[in-house]
Amino acid sequence: MRYAMAIDTKKCVGCSDCVVACQTENDVPIGYCRDWVVEVMDGTYPQLEMELRSERCNHCENSPCVRCCPTGASHYSEGGTVLVTKNECIGCSACITSCPYDARFVHPEGYVDKCTFCLHRVKKGMQPACVAVCPTKCMYFGDLDDPRSEVSQILKKRKYKTLIPEAGTKPHLYFLI
Amino acid sequence: MREEIIVSGRNNPLIDPQLHVWHWEIPTYLFLGGLAAGLMFFAALYTIRNKENEYKTAVKIAPIIAPIALVLGLIALFLDLHHKLYFWRLYTTIRLESPMSWGAWTLMVVTPLSIIWTAIHMKDIFPKWNWKFDVIEELIEFFKKHKKTLAWIMLISSAILGIYTGILFSAFNARPLWNTSILGPLFLASGLSAGAAVVIWMSKNHLERKRFAQLDLMIIGIELFLIIHMFMGFLASTQVQIDAANLFLGGAYTAPFWIFVVFLGMIVPAILEGMELKGFKIPVAIPVVLVLFGSVMLRFIIAYAGQASRWLY
Amino acid sequence: MKSRRQFIKISSLSTAGLIFGGGLLESFANSLVKDNKSYFKGPYDFTRTPTYCEVCFWKCAGWVYKDENGRIKKIIGNDLDPNCNGRFCPRGTGGVGMYYDEDRLKTPLIRKEIDGNQTYVEASWDEAFEFIATKMKQIKKEHGPESTALFTHGSGGKYFGKLLKAFGSNNIAAPSYAQCRGPREVAFISTFGQGINSPENTDIRDTKCLVLIGSHLGENMHNGQVQEMSDAIDKGANIITVDPRFSTVAGKSKHWLPIKPATDNALLLAWMNVIINEGLYDKEYVEKYTFGFDQLKDHIQRYTPEWAYGVTTIKPQQIRETAREMANAAPAVIVHPGRHVTWYGDDTQRLRAVAILNALLGSWGRRGGFYNPEKAEVPHYKLPAFPKPKKNWRDAMDGKYNLADLALASGVCDASIPGPDMDYAIKAWIVNGTNLINTLPDQKKTIQAIQELDLIAVVDTMPMEITGYADVVLPECTYLERYDALRISQGREPSIALRMPAVDPLYNTKPAYWMARELAKKLDLLDYFPFENIEEEIDWELKQVGTSLEEMQRVGVKKLEREFDDLYFADGEDVEFNTNTGKIELYSTALEEEGFDPMPVYTPHPEPEEGFYRLIYGRAPMHTFSRTANNPNLTDLMDENTCWVNPKVAKEWDLSSGQYVYLENQDGVISEFPIKVRVTERIRFDSIYMVHGFGHADKRMKRCFGKGVSDTQLITNVMTDPIMGGTGMRGNFVTFRTDIKKSEV
Repeated sequence: MRYAMAIDTKKCVGCSDCVVACQTENDVPIGYCRDWVVEVMDGTYPQLEMELRSERCNHCENSPCVRCCPTGASHYSEGGTVLVTKNECIGCSACITSCPYDARFVHPEGYVDKCTFCLHRVKKGMQPACVAVCPTKCMYFGDLDDPRSEVSQILKKRKYKTLIPEAGTKPHLYFLI
Repeated sequence: MREEIIVSGRNNPLIDPQLHVWHWEIPTYLFLGGLAAGLMFFAALYTIRNKENEYKTAVKIAPIIAPIALVLGLIALFLDLHHKLYFWRLYTTIRLESPMSWGAWTLMVVTPLSIIWTAIHMKDIFPKWNWKFDVIEELIEFFKKHKKTLAWIMLISSAILGIYTGILFSAFNARPLWNTSILGPLFLASGLSAGAAVVIWMSKNHLERKRFAQLDLMIIGIELFLIIHMFMGFLASTQVQIDAANLFLGGAYTAPFWIFVVFLGMIVPAILEGMELKGFKIPVAIPVVLVLFGSVMLRFIIAYAGQASRWLY
Repeated sequence: MKSRRQFIKISSLSTAGLIFGGGLLESFANSLVKDNKSYFKGPYDFTRTPTYCEVCFWKCAGWVYKDENGRIKKIIGNDLDPNCNGRFCPRGTGGVGMYYDEDRLKTPLIRKEIDGNQTYVEASWDEAFEFIATKMKQIKKEHGPESTALFTHGSGGKYFGKLLKAFGSNNIAAPSYAQCRGPREVAFISTFGQGINSPENTDIRDTKCLVLIGSHLGENMHNGQVQEMSDAIDKGANIITVDPRFSTVAGKSKHWLPIKPATDNALLLAWMNVIINEGLYDKEYVEKYTFGFDQLKDHIQRYTPEWAYGVTTIKPQQIRETAREMANAAPAVIVHPGRHVTWYGDDTQRLRAVAILNALLGSWGRRGGFYNPEKAEVPHYKLPAFPKPKKNWRDAMDGKYNLADLALASGVCDASIPGPDMDYAIKAWIVNGTNLINTLPDQKKTIQAIQELDLIAVVDTMPMEITGYADVVLPECTYLERYDALRISQGREPSIALRMPAVDPLYNTKPAYWMARELAKKLDLLDYFPFENIEEEIDWELKQVGTSLEEMQRVGVKKLEREFDDLYFADGEDVEFNTNTGKIELYSTALEEEGFDPMPVYTPHPEPEEGFYRLIYGRAPMHTFSRTANNPNLTDLMDENTCWVNPKVAKEWDLSSGQYVYLENQDGVISEFPIKVRVTERIRFDSIYMVHGFGHADKRMKRCFGKGVSDTQLITNVMTDPIMGGTGMRGNFVTFRTDIKKSEV
């Protein structure tokens, strides 16, 4: 079972609903965020191109953050999701420095926090909060190993890319282009 | 024109606008660790080569700095943690893929070793020292008998300590500036250089000073060689690495690095030590202080600049 | 003796009130609440309660979830709701912030003068109502009840509206008319006999071609429309965006026409020219349903694409291509009427052009075009007849704007400024849920109007700028803490939604329906408020349509059957339109009667002079109006607006991204705060762009005070639409005052 998320950059409008929904679902403190939206603009007026991406932890298959954690607090969980066990984390920030996507941050309580793919919801058969709220329905989540899952189907139909593939982290966040 | 911006107002403390999770604590510890490694390495080396009495300072006296440095370094590390109450978790597991885990356990080995080494030589440093308890006297006798073994263990573990400080950084590929295997040997060399400098400072034996000055010169030479190749490597690599190198070639860290680390921390002391070897009288403190200063600055600059280098946006 | 109202900027509590009144009043107020238990019967033991959102006007229905401590945790959409389909927009999701915002208004305030300084004194609810009722009765005696007015943009407006009508006035205005969608309502009523209203009846999810004139879907977060646009993209629909700015939707469009600002009419007329001359219009539809085709055909001959090129800078080839694209997709094509259309003063005519285009393409009443919306018929409890007002705001308008079908907020504001030939002036305002200072353009005039009033009472949840001018401030609790009237919106299928409180009101705040009823008591109008508590009223209404309060509390939303199966016109169906001729009027007889052009013409508008740039404003998807600027969750996403500057302009002025600069407009008004510059290729070299709703000047809102610039402050040139009085706001030009440093102003 390998959980992954696909985001359609053609439909995303950059509304940041995913950011607020994650905040209210996971009690992320104000001033912090587990996911964010990036806008890329290229060209000269009026020949312009825009890409909008909703980014978060990529839950990499070959994640440097799990490798470098000295206590094992950063670990692989169900479906390859990368999680942090709060009371095993010492807050050394090695994982933060090792993440090429800058996806992690230090929670005010001292441990390191990041996107969890809302595993607590996925286990109950629901979708992650960001996917469930997106008004453009541009986010797809599911099991890559299941050919009938939403995410497997959409990856078969569309061209996609991942971020910094050359870093070798094998991310599970796909951007449909 | 190309814009790549975060439009959802991300402003995670310590992460935005630029990563800065590690402050003075980590470079301080790395310096102290490197210094202790250098001191213990030389102590072990000359013990094994049976030059104990020739290089008395190196083997018997200078190593007292090591446990002090290590303890201070450990305190700095502890202060750096955000989740301090759980620090003991470090010692519930060994994770071979994590340089930090290595470091934690190496320190577990090296710190007691350095204390034992100092304890053995307490009477050499403070002639009037009295252990008060017989148990301790007996233990010390035991260790003195197995000094060679101890020295071998210390040689290897101090080398690991010295090189791991650099490998720790180079394991973080996410920071292009650190993504070079030269960092390990560079930090080891810097640590040895610092150790050698301290020995020169504390030594009263002219031969010893000369020997260590020669060693220091050689190590500085290696360091300069490594730095040049590090930059050559960056500039021949991908755009992110070129950007990282540019931090030192026109970017914010240019002046501090070339002036403090290379010029004041390596070239000037090398010249001074060279002159000393040739017979000129130079006050010993100057090159030593400069070397130590350069060593500290190297770690601070690499730690801070490394966090400024990034893959995205 | 009228004393001019000083804008009370600093902390609103006076020491006198604190020492003598504060504590006593608080406990008195609390005892009032305890005595009147029945007004609130919130069920706190539910983990989720239904509500509908109050952050914008779309009113999506959703569920409020509480955690195990009974505190509001999150708000999720109701799957049954056709407005949102189970997904809330970022403002709705961030609605929790409205509740948790510690800068909320907490207690009733009355303006008092102490030692020559005007300040607010905390008061009890009874004192506040007594104050308002006394003044209102006095105004009734001196000027007549028709001299009172209500400005509303919140659910509470229903209750204050009822109160006002019972009192004897029907001056009930929402700024969303003359300041926003008014022109399109009048234009579509004159053409199709029917307005658009809210939510818009655009069938986006089935359209094949969506044409947006300045509308920035995706940045303006009309939930249902953005969702449907996404569905349309999935189905392969093409989008044509006409916008001087590269909006988000322009980035998803097949054609982006970077039009020169203020020339949209020319493009629309040229499109008509191509569509008629190339025979691309829906001949059957036009033949059967429209009136005035021949006049229109003659009229548009001179508006060729070549001519339009000179005016709009859009190449003739592109004009023809896009016209053919639209016709190709017809009837599943929408030339979107937009929503905020008060731009240049000829807006009704521009929207007439949009309506005519839609008629030519045959999209009105067809799938993928515009459907026939239906609204649920929910009977209201029979009340005694309202007194007939002898006059209303129209009498102060000098015979103008007869075609306006709703009250003009700006008109009511103007009617409050007594003039020499005016024998009728508005003397009292009740303001509910609208920050008039940042809503009505020409802030000076708004403030002048306020100074002439005998009474201004403001009902709001946050200390917005308008509360700084009030005589009495009544703190409303947020939508999460109260019941309200049923939401009855139009749509493909009629639906009703329930709002019930998830938690008790915080601080000493109260719902609008309670306030209106208490005021009614003081004004002897209790006959119009027969239900002692609102739950009984809602239950009564629900029972009339076959459900009950108890069921609605469980489901939140109920969809009802359409009365007629007329979502779209059937093939060949005979349809009568509510116009003079009974047909779709391409040639408008109604406009002709009033002496206006029966068909749209192109009029050029003033352009910025050297060194000035047109001020274009718009929305960001994470905020709405100026209402959300202090919301903690939403300021986390965006806490200030930025000034978009074209790189060529930035080079000229030596501006760089991240720099703060003051703006000055053509009338010499300098922005109160500096704005951050964003150098971007997305904006034309002759304009600058900023998001509306920032630049708050009220210190009581700690998170947003001083952040960004208020575009309303810089909108001093109002181009009034002669047809319905809409206030065109895009004729303002700004320049950069790089010489002003922050400490000086």
